[in-house]
Amino acid sequence: MSQSDTHLFGEYSNDAVKHLVHQRHSRAKLARAIFRTATLLAVIFLATLLVTVLNKSMGYVVIQNKVDPATISDQPITQLTNAELAEILRTNLRKNRVRTLERAGFLEDQPHSTLVQLVQAEIIQPEVVESYNLMPSLLHRNQITAGAAVEHPGAHVEFRYWLNGQFLSNTMASQPELAGVRSALFGSLYLIVITVAVAFPIGVGAAIYLEEYASHNSRINRLIQTNIDNLAGVPSIVYGILGLALFVRTLQPLTSGAVFGIEGQNGRTILSAGLTMALLVLPILIINAQEAIRSVPDSLRQASYGVGATRWQTIWYHVLPNALPGILTGTILAVSRAIGETAPLIVVGASTFITSDPTSPFSSFTALPIQIYNWTTRPQPAFQHIAAAAILVLLVALLSLNAAAILLRNRFAKQV
Amino acid sequence: MENTSRITTRRMQSVWKKNVSDNLQKKTRPTEAIIQAFLFFCGVVSVLTTIGIVFELGKEAWLFFGNPDISVIEFLTGTEWQPKIGNFGVLPLLSSTLITSLIAMVVALPIGIATAIFLSEYATPKTRTILKPILEILAGVPTVVYGYFALTFMTPLLRSLFGNNTVDVYNMASAGLVMGIMILPLISSMSEDALSAVPRSLREAAYALGATKLETAVQIVFPAALSGIIAAFIIGISRAVGETMIVAVAAGSGPNFTFNPFEAAETMTGYIARISGGDLSYNTPDYNSIFAIGLLLFLVTLGLNFLSRAVSGRFREVYE
Amino acid sequence: MEQQNNHYAIETRGLNIFYGDFQAVKDISLKFERNRITAIIGPSGCGKSTVLRSFNRMNDFVPSARATGEVLYHDKNIYDPSIDPVQLRRMIGMVFQKPNPFPKSIYDNIAWGAKVNGFRGNTDDLVEETLRSAALWEEVKDDLKKSALALSGGQQQRLCIARALAVRPEIILMDEPCSALDPIATLKIEDLMRELSQNYTIIIVTHNMQQAARASDFTSFFTMDTDRAGVMVEFNETAQIFTKPKDQRTEDYITGRFG
Repeated sequence: MSQSDTHLFGEYSNDAVKHLVHQRHSRAKLARAIFRTATLLAVIFLATLLVTVLNKSMGYVVIQNKVDPATISDQPITQLTNAELAEILRTNLRKNRVRTLERAGFLEDQPHSTLVQLVQAEIIQPEVVESYNLMPSLLHRNQITAGAAVEHPGAHVEFRYWLNGQFLSNTMASQPELAGVRSALFGSLYLIVITVAVAFPIGVGAAIYLEEYASHNSRINRLIQTNIDNLAGVPSIVYGILGLALFVRTLQPLTSGAVFGIEGQNGRTILSAGLTMALLVLPILIINAQEAIRSVPDSLRQASYGVGATRWQTIWYHVLPNALPGILTGTILAVSRAIGETAPLIVVGASTFITSDPTSPFSSFTALPIQIYNWTTRPQPAFQHIAAAAILVLLVALLSLNAAAILLRNRFAKQV
Repeated sequence: MENTSRITTRRMQSVWKKNVSDNLQKKTRPTEAIIQAFLFFCGVVSVLTTIGIVFELGKEAWLFFGNPDISVIEFLTGTEWQPKIGNFGVLPLLSSTLITSLIAMVVALPIGIATAIFLSEYATPKTRTILKPILEILAGVPTVVYGYFALTFMTPLLRSLFGNNTVDVYNMASAGLVMGIMILPLISSMSEDALSAVPRSLREAAYALGATKLETAVQIVFPAALSGIIAAFIIGISRAVGETMIVAVAAGSGPNFTFNPFEAAETMTGYIARISGGDLSYNTPDYNSIFAIGLLLFLVTLGLNFLSRAVSGRFREVYE
Repeated sequence: MEQQNNHYAIETRGLNIFYGDFQAVKDISLKFERNRITAIIGPSGCGKSTVLRSFNRMNDFVPSARATGEVLYHDKNIYDPSIDPVQLRRMIGMVFQKPNPFPKSIYDNIAWGAKVNGFRGNTDDLVEETLRSAALWEEVKDDLKKSALALSGGQQQRLCIARALAVRPEIILMDEPCSALDPIATLKIEDLMRELSQNYTIIIVTHNMQQAARASDFTSFFTMDTDRAGVMVEFNETAQIFTKPKDQRTEDYITGRFG
């Protein structure tokens, strides 16, 4: 140990410090590894989730058809015309059954997808006797084919993408093989339209009021702000309970359409659900819109007032146009939230078995997440597959929405 | 130039009204007033919503407790929920809610905080641009999908790890663990905000003294951000308490007062979903019980949210 | 048409302005001669901008701001409840410190103010005339649809002047209009002010003493009192203020001893 070393370190003995520093560095490295792993875990969780869903959404199935499609037609059923399908139905079903089916209109006039679904449900009656996930399908192909030949002679093995065109165009059915998400998709769509139609004007209006009219420190302003922050944290099922009591029960004359002369409907309609969801997303919308309005520079307002414009003229011609990208992004976020919400819809009374598409705000309804919930809780394994397929549809919808929001944000950020 | 500009000025001036002092008189602008009234109404809608929630929940809960068979004390302390024989003790539902929430926090809190520390203290900007969207996606996945995941992945996993006899098909652990994954991004982002709010000068002071990144992060930055992190923790619990779909799918239906996480036990939210999803006749004890439990849920989450804001409010004072 | 009996376009009597409990300016009494340029100079923080903004009631947008005393315009106190501040702001225009054109085209910047105030003439003519008066026409006449934000700082400020002119004010308030501009752009604006003063009354707040000396007819010197409220020290023709100031504080300021 040289003189200069002792001078530098004072009371710290050189060796002790060196050892300590080494220890501290290795501890630091360990900690960094731990933190990195933790973050990695989050990535792994997401990956596992997606893989699970994908895994269940396709695989080999062993299908037993009650009637072999080849005996009905030499072409695949989906390629037949309406007339041909109707012909098949008439020749193979009893007259009573045909009459029941024609209550919705002549067979030839019904939509193509409905006829295909009818032929399958009524005549072919496929039954999935065995189904496999993607991983086992890829790994154990031979065993599966061999096993099927032994246990289910007469059935055939095919690789099935549970999310396919028919899945999207079929309505709900009690057999998982034939069920589709069409009515659920329409229900979700109607729901979103009503939600946005109600929540957007009120939300933006409230944001304008809070940012432009009410003085920022007034008691009323602060009360409303705190209130909105609280509402943003209320569990979604509580909104459902509110919707049940207020829209479904108390306002039944309005939401069931009785005021407009519609009969035979209770309050469990798309309108009730839409209003409930509007209340749910209102806080998010307001908070986002407020932020967008706040980010408009004050110099713009001053310039407008300076030439003698009124407050509303300033807001309408200057503040809103410049805040619009932010407001739209906020709306898209609110819509993404609303699409995936299930609990409030359950409480407000979404039907779990609807085969017809909704025709008006006063229809009974189902929605995509409700369908997923319903299928997930059924015991038959095939339902798990179609639940996975429905989840994929939902995730794709959400992905597109969020991509649109990001694009919007980037495009308008460049303009400024 | 002089003459022409004066002439044009006069000509232009005549395009507006002639009498100047009349101009200055206060104009009533009815459109402005109407618009302002409409906007005020929009602002008030949110207040009406809160009033609506309190009123409707309170009203029906009042009817519920108005039933001579049901007392508030029995409600809050009874350990049996069997409406058919007149037992309305909420503890089974409450305990299940608490246990699933606690399990969720055991997952979400450490991983969330560790992720936040990594993102705020260690990660390069490039890493951050990859990781933050991933966390946002995790946060954006609908809860019913998490429910599916719990039932089709987590439960079989637990059953294969601990045996089919220990773990029921529906159990609290499965739901709780997946809830933790769902809440993890929330904890992470709130904690990260808290950590980032600690001024850079504090970190630099520590580095300048020769401290390692770990020591700075854990001994200087983290304690400084503690209130914000505690606030995140409380909000996380609030989210877990209010969560419905994951527990409705995976935790079981049917109240069960137990502390064994591998058993099936319905939570408050699961109960509400089950009862309202079935045949519902108005004014039965079953119907009213939804509101009583809903009111309890609302008050608990409201209290937690207030607490969280109080804690983080104190935190903000220190730095602003 | 107009009553020209009053020599003064606007005057203040005993004007006090408060922000909450804090008094920003105390007992300001000033008269501004019609069609002349009056400069308000003084060190930072002595309320010059506050006083300027009180003339077109822009202070109304600050919640805690409050004024006592009188600001007389056309024989009326503009703070009287019966006065419409929106119309007032049309008649008393303002150019701000940092140019703030609307994010619209050059044409629309000018046309918009006219439109909301109910202009019923030929907008194309109005745009051309105001751009000429603002000495900007030659530079932008070929593409009036271009975005105003694409102009240089000096051009943007002249556009803001044209925009203010389009609503036919009688008085133009200028709040340090050149502080964000380079010296050449500054000189252009000063020339412009001289042109404009033939038809408009101009009141300018400036930090730049040389500018006040160059460009104004009258100057008012403000300073901060012991209780941090702004007060007016001296008001006179510019030549007098800068050669024979009456108050010691004025002399100290213009000779650079402080401020």
